Amino acid sequence: MNAMSTGTDMAAGQASAIASVALRSDRFRLEREGDWQRLEAIVTRMEKGRLRSLSDEDLLALPGLYRTVASSLSIARETSLDAATLAYLEALVQRAWFVVYGPRSSLWGWLRGFLGGGWSAAVRAMWVDVLVALAVMVAGTLVGWLLVAHDTEWYSALVSPEMAGSRVPGATREALHATLFGQSGRSGMSVFAASLFSNNAQVCILSFALGFALGVPTLLLLVQNTALLGAMLWLYSGKGLLLDFTGWLAIHGTTELFAILLAGAAGLHIGRSMAFPGRRSVLVAAAEAGRRAATVMTGVVLMLILAALLEGFARQLVDHTFGRLAIGGFMLALWCAYFFAFRGNHPRIGKRGRKA
Amino acid sequence: MPNRHRRSSRDRLLVTPEGISVPVTVASRGARFGAVAIDFIVMIVLIVATTWALIYIAGGVTTFDRRLEENSAAGHALQFLMIVWLIAIFLFRNAYFLFFELGPRGATPGKRLAGIRIAARDGGRLTAEMVIARNLLRDVELFLPVVFILQAGADSGLGWLTACGWFAIFLLFPLFNRDNLRAGDVIAGSWVLERPRRKLEAALSLEVEPRSEDQDFGTAPAREYRFSEAELAVYGEYELQALERVLRENRLQALESVYQTIAHKIDRNDGWNDERAFLEAYYTQLRARLEAGMRMGRRKADKFAGDAR
Repeated sequence: MNAMSTGTDMAAGQASAIASVALRSDRFRLEREGDWQRLEAIVTRMEKGRLRSLSDEDLLALPGLYRTVASSLSIARETSLDAATLAYLEALVQRAWFVVYGPRSSLWGWLRGFLGGGWSAAVRAMWVDVLVALAVMVAGTLVGWLLVAHDTEWYSALVSPEMAGSRVPGATREALHATLFGQSGRSGMSVFAASLFSNNAQVCILSFALGFALGVPTLLLLVQNTALLGAMLWLYSGKGLLLDFTGWLAIHGTTELFAILLAGAAGLHIGRSMAFPGRRSVLVAAAEAGRRAATVMTGVVLMLILAALLEGFARQLVDHTFGRLAIGGFMLALWCAYFFAFRGNHPRIGKRGRKA
Repeated sequence: MPNRHRRSSRDRLLVTPEGISVPVTVASRGARFGAVAIDFIVMIVLIVATTWALIYIAGGVTTFDRRLEENSAAGHALQFLMIVWLIAIFLFRNAYFLFFELGPRGATPGKRLAGIRIAARDGGRLTAEMVIARNLLRDVELFLPVVFILQAGADSGLGWLTACGWFAIFLLFPLFNRDNLRAGDVIAGSWVLERPRRKLEAALSLEVEPRSEDQDFGTAPAREYRFSEAELAVYGEYELQALERVLRENRLQALESVYQTIAHKIDRNDGWNDERAFLEAYYTQLRARLEAGMRMGRRKADKFAGDAR
């Protein structure tokens, strides 16, 4: 057999360009080239970020074209040896896949779904870790208190001198009282609030990210921070200022400590699912936990913004214990209601949906 | 498919939700480092520009400290600028990556320049949670060691030791896994891929020979080459692809030496001075033969593979 009918076909091929082609794989290609190039044009424009310039028709055609080209690729793999065409199709399918399965929601669209229930659902999904983190924080506070009550030397070990200021063991009641009240005239409190926020936010991100090391550093960080709190509680209670100190702390502390609790729980959640992935592979388990924890962490940052505002402004302006306790208690009730009672429409998170 | 999936050790097969396997290439460590370096430069420029602009608005820093404490209108204005600055820094540090990676391009400016982007490792949709998770960890991977050193003081041995240990765990993390994942990618279930860009090249088998006539002095009218079954049976798909590459590159020397090899192998020499046409004809006919075999379920990977017929 030597009859590759190239010559005759080429000669007769005036009627139709496609029919004249010798190789079936080339006919296949010529018949579908139009679709491929249309998809490429759409994808190129989307990659350049010119979504506006796309017509509605093109946008609607995109998923269909993507499937057409994907099936062209599978057919070509079985029937064609044209390496250039195969490489082109592979690249095109990949680019279209990036676009079709790319991030669907904008940052703002995502935020809406997030506040509308995604956040509280993610918190509820890691309730075990929330309880563990809460237990650890309570234990840390107790340990701090007991250590200092046992031996005041511990106070300077737990609370660094520059942070303690006048709040040291042996300080008079008046000196301690002055640290709690009478600062409403202080200026620059808004700057103070903003810097508090960015400092606290970084601490929380840290305790979350440390969960990566199986959660152990997260626990240590929680214990260290709450031990400090316990030491201070001891100091103020010794001078009969426990309630006043609680009020001073609670006005922003219910929000801030709650945020730290959630950040720690998020870190633990990752650490726990990496240490005990169950039937899933470690990578899959880590990815699942990581996405849930990331949702919680976004919320933690928002809570910290609020906490910093409360700490920077409200605490300075509300200069009596009852008011402070009322605001702090109200915030605590609000958070608990949002996280554990509010159900929202969380399955929609991440999808813009509805508004087609 | 011989060879096509073995271009480099970074090639992976990704299965889309439709069940199509798409070959992807994991971004090299160099490209990723370059991308991050560019992004940091952009961030630093933005931060410096913001700081400079705010200082300009504030009217110089010389009296800044004193006036900040004042309870006057000027003091309040300065406080406001200070807050704007703090928030801007926070946003630059945390939202820069988020904003760009959530866009349709899935890449920050640095990544776009490096020709890479992020994608979901399981072939599904890249979600906002993934992008957030992978970027929250970046903070810990890159910024924290700097904070360690700053807090401990530049000449504290312990500070440097901690920072180095930290770098060793997180910064070198991508060196110790196959897919160059950094810790944030592990948590998020994402990875960083090269962005393919490839034009559809003309099919060789239907070229309408626009060859220049003047170089071979009126000789060689378009000749017709036919190859017998036996002459085509010596080569397989690997050689076909090599031949395709040579024809596309179209370098005279390479064409000649390939012509020599093939002509010697099949014992013909009638394509002298008309190597390209000879090779094109051989390519088309070899491809037709191999593709016909494919349709029958017979494949010949290379010249060493036995012919199934």
